[in-house]
Parts: sequence; structure tokens; C-alpha cells
Amino acid sequence: MSARSKPALLLEFDDGDALLRAVRSMPDASRRGLSAYTPMPVEGLVEALGTPPSRRIPFLFLLGGLVGGLGTYLIEYYAAVIDYPINVGGRPLHSWPAFLPPSIEMVLMGAALFGVIGMLVMDGLPRFHHPLFDVPRFTRVTVDGFFLCVPCGGDASERVAVERFASEHGACGIYPVQPAP
Amino acid sequence: MADRPLGAADVAAADPPRGAASFLRGSHTDASITARIADLVLVRPNRPGGLTAFGIAAAAALLFVAATIYLIARGVGIWGIDMPIVWGFAITNYVWWIANAMGGTFISAALLLLRQPWRTSINRLAESLTLFSLSIAGLFPILHLGRPWFFYWLAPYPGPPPVWPQWRSALVWDFFAILAYVVFSILFWYVGLLPDFASLRDRARRRSAQVLYGLLALGWRGDAVHWQRHELVSRLLAGLGVPLVFSVHSMVALDFSEGITRGWHSTIFGPFFVAGALFSGFAVVLAVAVPLRAFFKLHDYITALHLDNLAKGLLAAGLIVDYSYAMEIFTSFYSGDRYEIFTTLNRFTGPYAPVFWSTIACNVLAIQALWFRAVRRNAAALMAVSLCVIVGMWLERFMLIVTSLERTFLPSAWGMFYPTAWDWIHLIGSIGVFMTLLFLFVRLVPVMAISELRTLLRRRTREAA
Repeated sequence: MSARSKPALLLEFDDGDALLRAVRSMPDASRRGLSAYTPMPVEGLVEALGTPPSRRIPFLFLLGGLVGGLGTYLIEYYAAVIDYPINVGGRPLHSWPAFLPPSIEMVLMGAALFGVIGMLVMDGLPRFHHPLFDVPRFTRVTVDGFFLCVPCGGDASERVAVERFASEHGACGIYPVQPAP
Repeated sequence: MADRPLGAADVAAADPPRGAASFLRGSHTDASITARIADLVLVRPNRPGGLTAFGIAAAAALLFVAATIYLIARGVGIWGIDMPIVWGFAITNYVWWIANAMGGTFISAALLLLRQPWRTSINRLAESLTLFSLSIAGLFPILHLGRPWFFYWLAPYPGPPPVWPQWRSALVWDFFAILAYVVFSILFWYVGLLPDFASLRDRARRRSAQVLYGLLALGWRGDAVHWQRHELVSRLLAGLGVPLVFSVHSMVALDFSEGITRGWHSTIFGPFFVAGALFSGFAVVLAVAVPLRAFFKLHDYITALHLDNLAKGLLAAGLIVDYSYAMEIFTSFYSGDRYEIFTTLNRFTGPYAPVFWSTIACNVLAIQALWFRAVRRNAAALMAVSLCVIVGMWLERFMLIVTSLERTFLPSAWGMFYPTAWDWIHLIGSIGVFMTLLFLFVRLVPVMAISELRTLLRRRTREAA
């Protein structure tokens, strides 16, 4: 997810199920620091990686809705009651039923804006370059490549362990990833 | 469920299979699906026929631009509008285009919430049609303002003019509704496109395409955590989208029913306009999906069952519209109000009676063909019915607007509406703008959500296992 400070090995699998089985076979402790890349969502993968489900996205939608709706209502109240009170056919200055339609529209717009922008910020996008993009094979991630990125220092024994893991779990390719400069 | 193409036996069967296998035919892999859809953008050559059609559409779009410049220079008097008919083609076009937009949001959002697998191959197309229709719809109310260059006075912002928008006016509500709808549609469309832009980026061989799609993909790399957020955001957006479209079309209806004009001042208008929008929205999706499927040979992706489902949606929405017509007529007589009754009788027999009866022929009679499975599975017949509905819905809006305005309470103030050449140019030009955007869309953007097709394929493989 974040910029990698350590070198890593990128393991490629044939399909999402093979990738999921490989992740699940690891002890919990060694799943830390793993990241997976797939051409489509693979259910259960994020949970297997040990990332807790994010509650922030729904919260952002709620927050955006409140900001949009209450903000619009307050502007309407300020305009119609405080800044420019004008008697239109004896209607109350604070005509709350008439103030609701714009507020409701802005609830929906605010929620959508906060949610989508929040998603991009949490993903760290836009980020036009990433160390993984230096691996030529990684272009398959948007076609049919299922990848697991395992942090792996320069230590030869660590490397051998990851390679053994890869062959045990049917990885069809293994590629070194250099850390970002 | 067996992984096999749909045959005649399935068509005849009372209950054909409804799993993922019915909505993705033929043998595919993730790579072949990606290549098939991405190459429609990346390597498909421009054919003379396509270029000619694009040229015609672009010429019509330029005509729209020219007419708009002339309109801004001369004012709305170039159109046929005058007292008492002050809303002519421009508002008809506005209501028509915004209603054409609804199908996309509804098909995409509601079917996502309902987890319908047949959404997958048409949602991108439907959302794009929404975006294009909507951007045209938003122009007409602005052009219809006497001074279009001051349209931003509708927004509440500190600065000139010294007055605020009139919050009790449906026209101001409508401004907010369109704004929210445009912003929402762009976000929904782009979020869905993000992984597909990444597919194009990684598949492109030309430097210019790599840079273009690289920028648009924002560096998407298929991270599992990103996918999870992406799915969550898509579902939440869909959850917002359904109430949003219902509110937008209710707001359009309030533009009419908030006034005391006969034939408009009715509580049925909100649901009536929502149903009408759904009706023409389904028709527009069908009318574009059918030729696209034929030109690009996408029969594996847009199957007969897709067309069948869309046609059933069209029929269901149409029947609600027809019911609304009946209730509108019933209510006007039941009210006992002589002006309401007069307006209704005037629609049947007055100077615009041909428009009324054409509306009935298109929106009530033509769709009855959709009761037959043979029609629903026949692409050409569906195309014909959809075009009928699209025309019929334009006529309906024109009829609603003009017949309520032409004979006001005072017979001495009666008048007729005669469209000028500029009215026609703005109508035909707006269709040109739409077609131009559509041609650019199929040239620059994958017509189907590739990543979702891969998910559908995965689902099909699992069902087969």
C-alpha cells in the first residue's frame, strides 16, 4: 500500500483461489506486510491479509451528507431569514418545507463527493509511479495476473524461504521488486 | 449450472437459466475478455462508415453551437415562444433529455444493489448515456433564460447580484437537483472506469495512449485493499443514486405542478415523471445497445436475455406511464373543475390533438408488442419499439407543455405555438451533440466494465464447478 522501503519479491499466481490459499497457509504473524494485487476483487483476500475492514468510508459518506445538507440549509436560513428577509405572500420567512429539496440534493452530492475523494486519499491515489510498475510482468495485474508481494531483505536465507513457499503453493512466477529510491 | 451457450431450447423453455452463464456466453478467459473490450478502443481501425456517421453527428453538433451563439446574440425571440406559450421546445427538450438520462443511473445503481448479474455488460454504456443526456439537458434551461450568461445567479454565493436565490421556487430546487445529478453521475462513472483505464494503460502500445490512460487511471494497481474500498464506494454510491434519480425527476415535475396551470397542478406529477423517465431511459439504453451489439459483434456479452430483461423493464415502466395517463384523465373529470376538464378535452380534440394521439400510439399501443417473447428477443423489433418510445416521450412532454398553456383562463388570451427553424435546429443539434459524445465514447472508453466482466467470468466458473 505504502511506499516500500525494503526490497520485496513478487509472486504470481494463476488465479485468485490459488493466491488466497497461499495467503491463508501463512501463519498470522508473517502475513504482516504482505500486499496482494488482483485484476478484480477477490472475496476474502483482504480479511486473509489481516487488514481490518475499513469503517472510514461509510463514515465519510455520512459526514459528506451532513456537511452538504446542513450547510445548504444554513445558507438558506441565513439568506431568507437574516440577510434578506422578504415577505412573499405572507409566507413565513423560515419556510422549512421549501428549504428541504435543495438540502436533500446536497446531502446526496456531499456524500458522493466526500466518499469518492476520501477513497482516493486513502488509496494514496493519484500516484503515477510505484516500484511495482518497474516489474514488467506487473502489467498483467490489470488482465489476469494475481500477485502477492512479500517483503524480503537482501538476506539469502530469507530469499530461499520465500522461493520455497512460492513453489509449494504453485506460484507461476517470482520477480524481485526494488525499493523506491 | 452448465456452461453452455443459450440455444433455441432455452428460448422456448418456460424458465431459462438465470445464473451468470446466461449473461456471458461463449468461452472466455480473463485475458480474452480484456483484449476483446480494450482493443475496441486501442486497435480498432476507423472505418469509412463510422467516420461518415461521426461526421454527420459532429456537423449537427456544430449546428447546435452555431444556433446557441445566435440565440445568445439575439435572445429567445428566435424561437417560436411567445405569450401565452412561453415554454416551447426548449423546456420540452430539457425534460426529454433529463428523462433519457434516468435509465443509466437506474439500471446501473438499482441492479447493483439487487446484485443482478445482467447489469455487468450494460452498466458502462448506460452510465455513459446518462452523462451525455444529462449534460445536454442541463443546457436547455440555461439557454431558455433571457440572459443565459447570468445563469450562475441561481447559485447562492456572496457577491453580485445583491439578492439571493428564491428558495421557495421549484426552479431553484431544480438547479440543485441537476447540479447534484451531474456531479454524482461523473463520480459514479469515473469510479467504475478507474480499473478499466488501468487495463488500457497496461495494454496500450502507443506512447500517447499509455500517457492518456496512465493519467486517467491515477496509478491504479489492483491492490486488494483498494479493491475492497472500491467495491464499498460503488455500492454506497449506488445506494445514493437510486433516491437521487427519484428526487431529480420529482423536482422536474415540481417545475410544473408547483404552478396553478391547468393540467400541471396535480399531485400525480412526481411519480408520473419518475415513471416517464424510467420508461424513456430504458428505451434509450436499448436503442443504443442494439446497434452497438451488432456493429461490434458483442453478442457474447449482450445476450438475447439482456435484451429480454431490458424489454421487460421497458414494458413495466411503460405500463406505469399508461396508468398515469389514465389517472390524469380520470382526476381531471373527477375534480369537477371546468378548466381542468376543458384542458383534458382540448388535448383529445383541440388543435394539438394529433400530438396527443401520436403520444398514445407510441407510448401505449406500440409497447404492447413487448408482451411477446419473440418481439423481446428480436433486436430489430426492439429497436423499432424503443425509437417509438423515445419519439413518443418527446411528444408527450410537448403535449403536456403546450396544451396547458395555449388555452388559458381567458379565451381572448389564447394562442398557438409554431416552432421556428431555430427550434428545430436546437432539437436536432442536441441529438447531434449526443451522438458525437457517443462516438467519442466508443472510440476512447471501454464500452463495458472490463473488471466487472472478469468478476462475472469468475462467478460463472464457480457456478459451473
